[in-house]
Amino acid sequence: MPMQNKWNNVLRVGWFLALRQIKGSNIATTVLIVFIMMLTFLNLVVVSGILIGLIEGGNRANKEQYTGDVIITTLSGEQDIGHSHEIESTIRAMPDITDLSVRYLASGQLEANYKTRRDFDVLPDTAGTQVTGITLADEESLSQLSKFVVEGEFLDESESGYILIGANLLYRYSAGFGDFFASLEGVYPGDEVKVTIGKNTRTFIVKGIMDTKVDQVSLRAFVTKADFWRLVDRPGLNANEFAMRINPDSSLTSDDVKNNLVQAGFADDGKIQTAMEAIPDFLNQIRLAFGLLGNVIGAVGIVVASITIFIVIFINAVTRRKYIGIMKGIGISERAIEISYIFQSIFYATIGGLIGLFVVYIMLVPFFYAHPLDFPFSDGILVAPINETMFKFFLLLFVTIIAGYIPARQIVKKNTLDSILGR
Amino acid sequence: MISVKNLYKTYGNKDLETHVLQGIDLQVPAGEFLGIMGKSGAGKSTLMYQIGLLDHPTSGEIVLNGINTEKLTMQERTNMRLSALGYVFQDYALIPELTASENVMIPLLMQGKSMEEAKKIAEDTLSKVGLSHRISNKPSQLSGGEQQRVSIARAIAHEPKILFADEPTANLDTVSGISIVELFRDLNEKGQTIVMVTHEEEYAKYCDRIVYLEDGKIVRENGLKKK
Repeated sequence: MPMQNKWNNVLRVGWFLALRQIKGSNIATTVLIVFIMMLTFLNLVVVSGILIGLIEGGNRANKEQYTGDVIITTLSGEQDIGHSHEIESTIRAMPDITDLSVRYLASGQLEANYKTRRDFDVLPDTAGTQVTGITLADEESLSQLSKFVVEGEFLDESESGYILIGANLLYRYSAGFGDFFASLEGVYPGDEVKVTIGKNTRTFIVKGIMDTKVDQVSLRAFVTKADFWRLVDRPGLNANEFAMRINPDSSLTSDDVKNNLVQAGFADDGKIQTAMEAIPDFLNQIRLAFGLLGNVIGAVGIVVASITIFIVIFINAVTRRKYIGIMKGIGISERAIEISYIFQSIFYATIGGLIGLFVVYIMLVPFFYAHPLDFPFSDGILVAPINETMFKFFLLLFVTIIAGYIPARQIVKKNTLDSILGR
Repeated sequence: MISVKNLYKTYGNKDLETHVLQGIDLQVPAGEFLGIMGKSGAGKSTLMYQIGLLDHPTSGEIVLNGINTEKLTMQERTNMRLSALGYVFQDYALIPELTASENVMIPLLMQGKSMEEAKKIAEDTLSKVGLSHRISNKPSQLSGGEQQRVSIARAIAHEPKILFADEPTANLDTVSGISIVELFRDLNEKGQTIVMVTHEEEYAKYCDRIVYLEDGKIVRENGLKKK
C-alpha cells in the first residue's frame, strides 16, 4: 500500500474512532474537560494581559491626556523650545495633524491657607508644581481635559485669574501616596491660592480640581495662556510643549510625523518623541517584568492542563485497553488508535480554546475597556494582541496533543494478546 | 493454507516455566473447517493465538498462505491480520460505542475502502448473518447471539483467507450456539477456511476435522489417536 494511502487510512480510522468516542462519552465529563481547557486558555491570556494592561492602560492614558501621538518637549538645560512659532505653524500646516496643543510651563509654587496662617513659626502650606499655560480650545480638543474635572469647573477663555489644580497637589487626594507629594490642605473650588513663579506672585481663584492618573496632569496647575504670560517674566514667547494628534484615518504613523519634524530641523530646538518613546523607561521595564510574570503563571496553567489531558486520556485508554487490543488484533494499526486519542485531545483543546477566544474578545476585552481596573497609577485594561493570543492558542493545542499522545502510546504499545486477555 | 511445524510456546521465566505448547505439527488445507478441542488448559487458545499471529511462539514455524510468519515485522503481522485473517472471540469483542455496522466497517476503512463502500459491505455482511434489522444498534442493545453474529460479520466482511474463532459459543445458550456454528458451516461450504477452538463436543460434528490437545500436544485427530 503506498505510504500516502496508508496515512490516509490511518487518519480516517483515527478520526472515525475519535468522533464516535467523543459522541459516546459522558456529556458532563466532556463539558468539564472543555471547561478546564477554557480556564487554562484564559489563564494564559488574561493574567499576562491584565498585568501588561496595567502598564498599557497607563500608556494609553498618557497618550490620550498628555503626549498625543507625538510630543515636542524642551531640551534638557533649555528654558523653552526654540523657534516655537515656526514649529507651530509647520505643525498646523500638516494636513494629517488634527489636534495641537501648545503648552507653556514654568516651575512655580502654590500657597494655600495663607489668610488663616496665624503662627509664622509653622511652615506655610505650599506645594511645588509646573504652572502650565494652555489655549483651552486646543487642549480640550487634544486631551479633553475638562472630562477630568472632579470638583468645580473647567477654565473659561473669557475669564482671568482662575486656576485648575491637579488632584495630587491636594492632600485629600494624595494622602494615599503617603508623604510622596508636598500637598495643600483644604483647598476647594472658590478658594484663593497664591501662585509664585520666580519673583512674581499672583493670587488665583481655584476654578476646579482635575483628577487623573497621568502625573503630567494631576501634578500640574493649569491657567490660560494669557494669565500665564501675565505671571511669567521670560524673554520671548517660546513654548515648552507641543502635543499633537494624527488623524486616525491617515496612513501617517507617529514615526513618520516625528521624522518629518526632525527633517524640518526642529530636533535642535526641542526633543521630538512619539508617544511610545515618551513613556518612561521604568514603565517599559515593569511591562517586561509583568509579561514574564504572566507567562510564568500561564506556564503553570499549561502544565496543569497537560496533566489534566494526560490523566483523562490515560484513564480512557486504560479502561479501554481490551478494546485497543481487539482493534490491534483485527488489524487496526497502532498509529490509527493513537491518532484517535490525539484527535480527542485536539477536540478538547480546540473547543476550550475557541470558547476562551470568544470570552476574551467578545466579553473580557470590551468589558475591561469600558470598566478599567482602578489601580493607583493607571486604569488597567486587558491587553490581548491577536497574534500573541493565537500563539497561546496553538501552544495550548500543541501541549495538549503531546499530553494526549504519551498515555495513548503507553497503552497502545502493550502486547496485543495481553491487552485482549486483560493480563 | 496453514502449516505448523514443531511449535513450542513457553510462558514464565527460568525459575518457573510453563510449557503450554510442546512440538505441535499441524497442516490445514484451504477450505477446511478445523476444530481444536481439549480440556481447559490444554493449550487450544494458545495454539490459535500463535497461528492467528496474535502472539509469538517460543520456537517453531508457522506458514500462512505460503508466507513464513517468523520473520514478519510487527507491521507486516498487523497487515496480514487485517488482510488475510479474521477473528471471532469468545466474548464478541465489539467496540461498545460503535453500532453493529460501524464495528464491521473499521477493518474495511483501515484497508482503504471509502466510507460509502465500507458501509455497504458492512450492511451486506450483516444481512448475510441475519442482522439486517440491527445495523444501527449498539452492542449493548443486542443479545449475546446477535453480538456474536456482528463479531462474525466483522471477521468475514473483508473476505479473509482464514477465519479463527476462539470458543465462539461459550457465552451463548445452546440454540444461539448451534445457529452460530451452523453459520460457520455455511461459510465453510462457500469455501471459507475456519479454525475453531471449542471444548463443546456437540459442535464437533460441524467440523471437517477435529484435533484434540492435551498438555500442549496433539493427542488425537478426528477422534483417533494421532499417529
